[in-house]
Amino acid sequence: MTDSRQVTARPYPFAAPDRLHLDPHYAQLRRDQPLSRVQMPFGEEAWLATRHEDVRVVLGDARFSRALSVGRDEPRTTPRQQDLGMLAMDPPDHTRLRRLVAKAFTARRVELLRARAQQIADELVDELVKAGPPADLVEQFATPLPIQVICELLGVPFADRHNFHTWSEAIVSTTSLSGDQIQSYLENLWGYIGELVAVRRREPIDDLLGAMVRARDENEDRLTEEELVQLAAGLLAAGHETTVTQIPNFVYVLLEHPAELARLRADPGLVPSAVEELVRYVPLGAASAFPRYATEDIELGGVLVRAGEPVLPSVGSANRDGEVFTDPDRLDLGRDPNPHVGFGHGAHHCIGAQLARMELQVAIHTLVTRLPGLRLAVPEPELTWKSGLLVRGLAALPVTW
Amino acid sequence: MSANWRVSVDPHRCIGAGICAGTAPQHFQLVEGLSTPLAETVPPADPVIDAAESCPVEAITVHDSSDQRLIAPEP
Repeated sequence: MTDSRQVTARPYPFAAPDRLHLDPHYAQLRRDQPLSRVQMPFGEEAWLATRHEDVRVVLGDARFSRALSVGRDEPRTTPRQQDLGMLAMDPPDHTRLRRLVAKAFTARRVELLRARAQQIADELVDELVKAGPPADLVEQFATPLPIQVICELLGVPFADRHNFHTWSEAIVSTTSLSGDQIQSYLENLWGYIGELVAVRRREPIDDLLGAMVRARDENEDRLTEEELVQLAAGLLAAGHETTVTQIPNFVYVLLEHPAELARLRADPGLVPSAVEELVRYVPLGAASAFPRYATEDIELGGVLVRAGEPVLPSVGSANRDGEVFTDPDRLDLGRDPNPHVGFGHGAHHCIGAQLARMELQVAIHTLVTRLPGLRLAVPEPELTWKSGLLVRGLAALPVTW
Repeated sequence: MSANWRVSVDPHRCIGAGICAGTAPQHFQLVEGLSTPLAETVPPADPVIDAAESCPVEAITVHDSSDQRLIAPEP
């Protein structure tokens, strides 16, 4: 059986991301070489898994570890290796932290926030309509909606958003910020959360941050002060960087697929299934990240992954695997079933997945029903895309209606 | 000595996120994309509670098998 010594590594990512296009190398690798060797800009060589079946094993099988990345020269696109907190842990350590906050993100609890999210979305559209077209959908809709929701859930003042939105970029930056900037932004974010924690120590407040502080103060073995602050900062940053980016990505894809958009406008009941399909279709990650280290020799995708070797799971590629999805490169807003891995899989499956789903459903439903003439205000080639981030997204989305 | 626990997964709620199988592989596995307990009755074990409390759709329930009291998830 082939092992890592017999395969030459390709440079990876294969190319700089081009809007939301998935690099054609992935389709070729799924067909010919489902596990291949890659060398990222920084860190050691790795395997790259591209098939849905193998990606699910790498993400979901406890024989693959994230904790082993600590102390290794992890394959990555950032010059510096970041302290990833929960994402660099395995169960049961990972579970100890995740359980503290998981309850707040269950489908049932998230459903209780839907009416409020809808109200925020409606107010934002009211303002757009009042001011009249054109508008930047990134700045005037997609950014404030998820930020206000996560602020109210955690108990972070919305008025401080400009500061922590700036600092949050450190969590998703690869080369957009210097190493020193990343470090200082993270420290600013942690310091800011530390102050909010101190407020809750003086007077109990009934929000998620307050509940986290109580959990620590009732039993200090559950988490350290540093873990408390970093966990809350991670939720705040991850809780909006991704959704803020995906709302414009989804709108962009819909505008580029007028027949599917017309279908959605004719039947807004399709919104939940449309959101699942858009999560599958949009390769949010600019490249695969967060490799899992094999804890023993494992046969996967026709090769032998040896104990201690890292494997990068390509979620974007898995979501276009023709073995699982009929006509995988076609956007089909009614696709069913749709077992995508857009929120990951296994122990590290996105903790905010249900929240993100709800926000994306509210956002898309609101835009489709209230702005039926929505379209780009500039020619598509003039759109500007962010770069140097872990995620793909628009810097601005000028629209009219 | 506490009684055994009865573990069940509601297949209509399960979304196949795989958190339970990743967190407590000795108790849960995915079969055709959905979670299934490896054994329906188990001696008390923390990872079972962890899995029930971590499920994003609360598809996993743990009951005391002697008196049917709900042990997890917390309401």
